Amino acid sequence: MLIDLLVSALVLLGAAFALIGSIGLVRLPDFFTRLHGPTKATTLGIGAMLVASSLYFSTQSEGLALHELLITVFLFMTAPVSANLLAKAALHLRVRSIAAIPRAFRDS
Amino acid sequence: MMTWLRFPLTTLALLALWLLLVGSVEPGQVLLGALLAALITGGTAGFWPRRRRPGRPWLILRYLWRLALDILTANVRVAVLVLDRRRRPRPFFVELPLALEDPFAIYLFASTVSLTPGTVSADLRRPADDGRTLLLVHSLDGGDAEGASERLCRDLKQRYEQPLMEIFR
Amino acid sequence: MILALVMPVALAMITLALLLNLWGLLRGPDMPDRVLALDTLYIDSIALLVLLGIQFDSQLYFESALVLALLGFLATVAFCRYLVRGRVIE
Repeated sequence: MLIDLLVSALVLLGAAFALIGSIGLVRLPDFFTRLHGPTKATTLGIGAMLVASSLYFSTQSEGLALHELLITVFLFMTAPVSANLLAKAALHLRVRSIAAIPRAFRDS
Repeated sequence: MMTWLRFPLTTLALLALWLLLVGSVEPGQVLLGALLAALITGGTAGFWPRRRRPGRPWLILRYLWRLALDILTANVRVAVLVLDRRRRPRPFFVELPLALEDPFAIYLFASTVSLTPGTVSADLRRPADDGRTLLLVHSLDGGDAEGASERLCRDLKQRYEQPLMEIFR
Repeated sequence: MILALVMPVALAMITLALLLNLWGLLRGPDMPDRVLALDTLYIDSIALLVLLGIQFDSQLYFESALVLALLGFLATVAFCRYLVRGRVIE
């Protein structure tokens, strides 16, 4: 019962954060602000859902189901890397930015 | 052939990865996992960049705990900013001169910055005239406040760079 | 019990998130925006797979979620390299 409640809360929280990340992607004004939505909200959202899945399968069947943690760790390791690469590409292509880009980084 | 013995942590991590992936701890799987871990570590060690070994496990744990808490608060703040229709975010860029030198430590710092409150690390550059690395950080909000960039620099340095300096001493 | 009530809501939210990502992918306006939307799209598809795994009580979805995570990251890296260098493999 308690586990059920916990899994439900985590699933709902995760879905909410994933949705917020996508809303941010559509609603925020320029590329560099849009970058914030997916790197943070979506990553946490899916992290919460994977923990929920791990909990669910650990209590449903015999034995622990920890392999969801692999995806979680992988996503938390790669999300900053892809955000950084995307930002580099955007700087290189001189994508429109609301914030002023410091001179040292303007030419690449 | 015995290279893997010099990297016990990597070998153990690979073994743990294998066991998680197959989802069992039967002796056969442990043996196969250990064999694969030793082979992969031994075979690829030559390609790794030399790096300093992180020390002091309790500091690492404290850092990870703080990081987890900050990721949670970061998300709530970004969520509020995204959902509040009346507010327009005021983004700004900051150049952060790093005191860290070890490439792996810099990677950890940049990742931390990307995962925590309202900031994404965008680019790294080493100007020709001095040896220090510059990290370009994009902040989602607060650009209109007086001295916002100085405050952000100080916060990031104090909160994350200091502990990393101690871990990678 | 509660989970059975929560699951359709969560699935609807993820579907909405996927549609918003698709909108972002089509709108752009620049290439990095599209790659970012694609990146978010695949992460949200992982979320969808995980939810379907819980919904249908099957662990088989885990493997596809793992493969999607690996491929999605590689795709983003390749796209970014292409945007910066003009080619993927040198």
